[in-house]
Amino acid sequence: MWQELRTELHPLGLEVVTVGLDTVGADACRPFIERAAPEHPSLIDRHHAMAELFGVVNIPNSVWIDEQGTIVRPAEPAPAPRREERVGAGGELPGRVGAIMAEAGKIRTDAVAYHDALRDWVAHGAASSFALAPDEVVARSQPRDADAARGTAHFELATHLETEGLHDAAVPHFREAHRLVPDNFSYKRQAWSMEPGADGPLARFWQGPSDDDPSAWPYDGDWLSDVTAFGAENYYPPFQP
Amino acid sequence: MLLHDLTIPTDQFEAGTGWALKPEGACRGDVCIPLREPTGDTVDVGSVAAQMGMPIVEDADRGIWALGPWSGTGHALVSAEAPELVLPDLDGNDFRLSSLQGQKVLILSWAPY
Repeated sequence: MWQELRTELHPLGLEVVTVGLDTVGADACRPFIERAAPEHPSLIDRHHAMAELFGVVNIPNSVWIDEQGTIVRPAEPAPAPRREERVGAGGELPGRVGAIMAEAGKIRTDAVAYHDALRDWVAHGAASSFALAPDEVVARSQPRDADAARGTAHFELATHLETEGLHDAAVPHFREAHRLVPDNFSYKRQAWSMEPGADGPLARFWQGPSDDDPSAWPYDGDWLSDVTAFGAENYYPPFQP
Repeated sequence: MLLHDLTIPTDQFEAGTGWALKPEGACRGDVCIPLREPTGDTVDVGSVAAQMGMPIVEDADRGIWALGPWSGTGHALVSAEAPELVLPDLDGNDFRLSSLQGQKVLILSWAPY
């Protein structure tokens, strides 16, 4: 999906690095990466280092860094290229999957504005109005108070325990991470996607209580409830020039 | 940063947190936080974290800790200087973000769920 953009912009001096945020690890990312056949570095981030180091709280998301290693745009939504703005589709499938599809259809992205800005920066560098000054970069990065810092540590404990196969021990730390860093949607989706809510290819997108045994769901929120309450149209903040 | 011990080699602390321990204190970019005592070859993580205001959380049943990030700017970024990022590729080979200095870089986070 991003390879096409990389082919266009690499000759102009841009390198792309894709980072798959998934505690399950390389095997979960592999089919997607092998299908995309990237010519750029494609990395695996089991502990969401991108959240801790850069303030990434949802995906897809980008950080822009200049030739000197200075961040010129902090973490922000990065809509996939050439994606049509979706109209309210879905709802044809029964049950939770249909409801999820219907909500997902309401999610809005500023793909055109974002990609125009990216091309402008690649062409003009520091002279581009989209390249922000250092103070602005820090100020626009994700807010982090002492609670959020503590929640980040809980998330790392959770992902470590999960990779050790200690799922039941991980859950309380995921719960603390969700409570202390409520604006990190990836922290929630990561945990929800590892619960057995449904079988089959959509299992990791179910992200909510199973129909058979809803009381077994160990989290306060779930994708459908949270997105519905937050408003799917607010899922990604608008592109801020 | 995951910890199996609260006393660790100084270079491990520096690599894990991105903070360099210098005579003037713990430093990252332009930010330096004074520390009470100079650091030797090892770091008492509990003491340094308390002085820097970084949280440590414990999983007591398994004797492991996680050291959380500094939040002194009130934001995820300490400065606009990109932190070092070291992550493996599909084959398990570590890649360093700093190896791309001299090019513009777009880091794209995604997930298969």
